[in-house]
Amino acid sequence: MKEIRIHGRGGQGSVTAAELLAVAAFEDGKYSQAFPAFGVERRGAPVTAFVRLNDKPIRLRSQIYEPDYVIVQDATLVDVVNVAAGAKPDGFILINTEKSPESFILNTKAQIKTLDATKLAMDIIGKPIVNTILAGAFAGVSGLIRPESIKNAVMERFPGKVGEKNAAAIQAAYDLMEAQR
Amino acid sequence: MRKSMVVVEGSYAVAHAVKVCKPNVISAYPITPQTHIVEDLAQFAADGEMNCEYMNVESEFSAISALIGASAAGARTYSSTTSQGLALMHEALFNASGMRLPIVMTVVNRALSAPINIWNDQQDSISQRDTGWIQLYAEDVQEAADMTPQLYKLAENEDILLPAMSCMDGFILSHVYEPVILLEQSLTDEFLPAYNPEFVLDPKNPMSFGAFADPSTYTEFRYKQEKAMGVALGKIEEIANEFKDIYGRYYGGLIDGYVLDDAEIVIMAMGSVIGTIKDTIDVLRSEGESVGLLKVRSFRPFPRDAIRAALKNAKVVITLDKNISIGKNEGALCTEVKACLYNTDTRVPVIGFMLGHGGRDIPISMIKKLINKAKLVEKGIFVESEYADLREDLA
Repeated sequence: MKEIRIHGRGGQGSVTAAELLAVAAFEDGKYSQAFPAFGVERRGAPVTAFVRLNDKPIRLRSQIYEPDYVIVQDATLVDVVNVAAGAKPDGFILINTEKSPESFILNTKAQIKTLDATKLAMDIIGKPIVNTILAGAFAGVSGLIRPESIKNAVMERFPGKVGEKNAAAIQAAYDLMEAQR
Repeated sequence: MRKSMVVVEGSYAVAHAVKVCKPNVISAYPITPQTHIVEDLAQFAADGEMNCEYMNVESEFSAISALIGASAAGARTYSSTTSQGLALMHEALFNASGMRLPIVMTVVNRALSAPINIWNDQQDSISQRDTGWIQLYAEDVQEAADMTPQLYKLAENEDILLPAMSCMDGFILSHVYEPVILLEQSLTDEFLPAYNPEFVLDPKNPMSFGAFADPSTYTEFRYKQEKAMGVALGKIEEIANEFKDIYGRYYGGLIDGYVLDDAEIVIMAMGSVIGTIKDTIDVLRSEGESVGLLKVRSFRPFPRDAIRAALKNAKVVITLDKNISIGKNEGALCTEVKACLYNTDTRVPVIGFMLGHGGRDIPISMIKKLINKAKLVEKGIFVESEYADLREDLA
């Protein structure tokens, strides 16, 4: 079983990102589970969402304490939340930032990966919506999910132009991060 | 089976299950974490996907009152609520059962105020234990969805005619996305017959429901409700099997065991924590521990005989309760399990653990800790009942 923890801020679509990863992974033949960390949702407040992927049906219902992978949608969260908490040493922490991985001093053995998802979002989607891009980037770094499946999940959820722009951004993020795998 | 699965939110799967049961009248008041179920149903109704009256009301009390009227007029009815909303329905819940109206309601389990807490425990439905409603508890999203037609079939049985609650853990099941099979309309039509009650409110043939019973007859009305619960006790397993024949899925009837038969330590629980317990048991079994699970699916009617039989070989029983009877320092499952064993030879020690209140997470490490405590019974260290996940720094 692989476990993913997503950190974001209310309004950034962390829960949607988790949902998209679960839908895409299922299309790829895995069983999946996505759920929010049940906060009292307020725009801008730190939000956590979780994803589990497995070859067999998932029964475990607890939150995720030792994630294989962490996705950070907003780099300012690094100062507020211990995003590295429990992160497995052979996994990675993917941060949306224009900075380099070396500029983050986190108490973890997990590899730090960075991507300027906000810039990519502005360039391709025209809005600073990074959740779908980070889902694509996650697929690129981890190799766990096919980019086509994430694009299909997004197109299903947001049909038409919005979905198409997001799909293009997902592919771009996937290509950038796959090169670093 | 994978082929027909889709990844959807738990609330959507339940709303869809309600839709294929073709209720005539839905009335509900939105409250977290039930909201998504009634939003989805309101959408189905607005889009013309359901031929049903969707009544907007100003409170949960009105929602259940509207359904009491509609059900008495012969409609198949549905509502969903949680926590304070269920508490507000309390008075009318007795009317629904006393008038023998087979209303089906999904309770998305949540803690009660004060202090305000929107997260999961089961204090809300447990507090309605004696209202005369059938109560089943779901382990996962598929079971919560599948329970809906099962409960209609059960509640509407002419020898039962009692309202029923399908209980699913708030957020943990209502807000999770996981693969499920959305209930097929054709299979549901085959499984669930139309509701044609013998007695209905009808101006052409006037009659009164729940009017008045003085001391010479009141007891017998109550006795007949109890008798109907007794019929339900037998029917739950039967209906679960009929469901299995048509849909191919089964979750147990009244109870369900998991590596139970040879287990020395038996954990008993209700709801979504069952999955976490199964994963814990798999680990412990691989380490040679003799641990099993007894899932309680039906809390009302309470499956006394089935539980007695299932616990025959147990050396220690642990009960998990997401509720507390304050003043007894015990959860309801613990109390009931102890009581049902008293007049038998199975006088096995029962340890009651309360945990997961107000949304406190239950990890595998917690289940392991409780099993380790159960092992201390052999050494004579026995706790009657306690909070398992108390924060000592705040207590």
